[in-house]
Amino acid sequence: MKSLKNFIFLLAAIPLFAVASEGNVHLDKAPVNLADQESLQRGARMFVNNCLNCHSAGSMRYSRLQDIGLTEDQIKDNLMFAAEKPGETMKVAMSKADGKAWFGATPPDLSVIARSRGADWLYTYLRGFYRDDTRATGWNNTVFDKVGMPHVMWSLQGEMVPVHKKEGEHEVIERLELVKPGTVTLAEYDAMVGDLVNYLVWMGEPAQLQRKQLGLIVLAFLAIFFVVAYYLKKEFWKDIH
Amino acid sequence: MSALQKVMGWVDDRFPLTATYKAHLSEYYAPKNFNFWYFFGSLALLVLVLQIVTGIFLTMNYKPDSELAFASVEYIMRDVDWGWLIRYMHSTGASMFFVVVYLHMFRGLMYGSYRKPRELIWIFGVLIYLALMAEAFLGYLLPWGQMSFWGAQVIVNLFAAVPFIGDDLSIWIRGDYVISDATLNRFFAFHVIALPLVLIALVAVHLVALHEVGSNNPDGVEIKKHKDPVTHIPLDGIPFHPYYTVKDIVGVIVFLMVFSAIVFFGPEMGGYFLEANNFVPADPLKTPPHIAPLWYFTPFYAILRAVPPMFGSQFPGVVAMGASIVLMFFLPWLDRGKVKSIRYRGPIYKIMLGLFIVSFVGLGYLGLLPSTPVATIFAQIFSVIYFLFFLLMPWYTSIDKTKPEPERVTG
Repeated sequence: MKSLKNFIFLLAAIPLFAVASEGNVHLDKAPVNLADQESLQRGARMFVNNCLNCHSAGSMRYSRLQDIGLTEDQIKDNLMFAAEKPGETMKVAMSKADGKAWFGATPPDLSVIARSRGADWLYTYLRGFYRDDTRATGWNNTVFDKVGMPHVMWSLQGEMVPVHKKEGEHEVIERLELVKPGTVTLAEYDAMVGDLVNYLVWMGEPAQLQRKQLGLIVLAFLAIFFVVAYYLKKEFWKDIH
Repeated sequence: MSALQKVMGWVDDRFPLTATYKAHLSEYYAPKNFNFWYFFGSLALLVLVLQIVTGIFLTMNYKPDSELAFASVEYIMRDVDWGWLIRYMHSTGASMFFVVVYLHMFRGLMYGSYRKPRELIWIFGVLIYLALMAEAFLGYLLPWGQMSFWGAQVIVNLFAAVPFIGDDLSIWIRGDYVISDATLNRFFAFHVIALPLVLIALVAVHLVALHEVGSNNPDGVEIKKHKDPVTHIPLDGIPFHPYYTVKDIVGVIVFLMVFSAIVFFGPEMGGYFLEANNFVPADPLKTPPHIAPLWYFTPFYAILRAVPPMFGSQFPGVVAMGASIVLMFFLPWLDRGKVKSIRYRGPIYKIMLGLFIVSFVGLGYLGLLPSTPVATIFAQIFSVIYFLFFLLMPWYTSIDKTKPEPERVTG
């Protein structure tokens, strides 16, 4: 027991070094809820309509969308524009070289984008486009300065312009302001992006719901096994003093 | 004679099956006073087996090809039945291997398990630790993500800092002028064949040496000094099987609960076990702004960065990093204490060990962060303490006021 206490004491000393370090861009919290299948389905539709023209998801098969409650016919009829069979992966017609020539950088594959960027980054990024005439595309972004990607969903969100404030010597963007409304309100747009990000998080690891379910069973099994093993040990050791 | 006895007799005439079973399990007498810290040896063996078994299954679908490697890992994660589980067990196992090995080594430091007559056990152990670091480093290139690529780039470049032969040496290691397909292929070969063979062989000799001299214990006294006059069994010894097998099963289950909690609920472990940037395919043209090795290497990485370049060369830092590991080999001869266990050591050793642990953990933390002037000063202080723990050991262990050791184990 004493050694265990020492160990806990040792662990307690670790946070002494845990000085918080933060990035300089504020990220909004993404409303991720993988249990919400309707949100995932709406997100999948958003993804196929808006992203899957330039970005591939080369590790993701259309048929896997059955995991979020869609039937094979629904997938074929509503979501497969660029593929013949549901077993195919989400590819795009645009070549890497074309992408590089047109946007300055090849649009990255989005299979695991939520795992590298994080949900909050994606949620903030997709809502962070603003008008910038100095850029070739006419768009810039609050979290990804001088991004090569144009504001694909501008017709939905409308046009935003930055409101600056002074911070010491520099002018920084305080917030974005809507100057030309899109086809939906900003709140509706946020919800749509929320669905899309929710989908991207799911697509980053389609097995994750199954993983957590199985985890509970495994831990429950181990807990029972622990009780058995503990009393087995006790029984064997009762004559050792 | 029963049929089973006949078969056993037939085998025993040709192979020492019963004798081996007795020598290493049923009649291997271990001290009866093992505590919490003595779980980590058997747990390390468990993780080794887990890594080998999961590794075999990963190899069946992984493609060691710079064009295919990244996608093949995602293929395992999505399209291979239970592939995600096997892969997460392997990636979590890599980090957990170091967790249990670090705790196992700390146990050795606390109870003086490296002292005479266990010097060779310790040396084999340090060799295992070195082989494990090599194995982990080689394996980390295989997913072919940004961190795989740039981490390997940084480490191989360390060899380039060796005077005169450095450049040729690093090209020889990579098999190319940059980390490339050739590097990936050879790292794969070393990771799945060469190093596992070395590891298994070293673990075998580690155990053979241990069973030759017998286990140390939290009191640091030799149980072989007091044997039963008739049976010659140590009075404080109990057969490893069944006593420690049933006890270790409890430890294994608790460990598996922690392990499963990570595998099933947080396999990325907040970016410490699987780094976010490694979900971006390797891009030789795009250097990430911050390259940190995985957490188990960061203490040594921090020592490397703490040493300023001299004569325009990083070599002194590389030497310091190498020395920080090489020093471990000499531990059995650096320690001049009259007692082995921390229970009977004086205050100086306790303070030095405490400072050492704080420094090691501190270096590990600093090695994760981008280098700043303040962080570098802290890393330098911790590095100095790290080295002084070893270099001053002959002095402070010999002047320390120790308490008398008991004759028998105290339980």
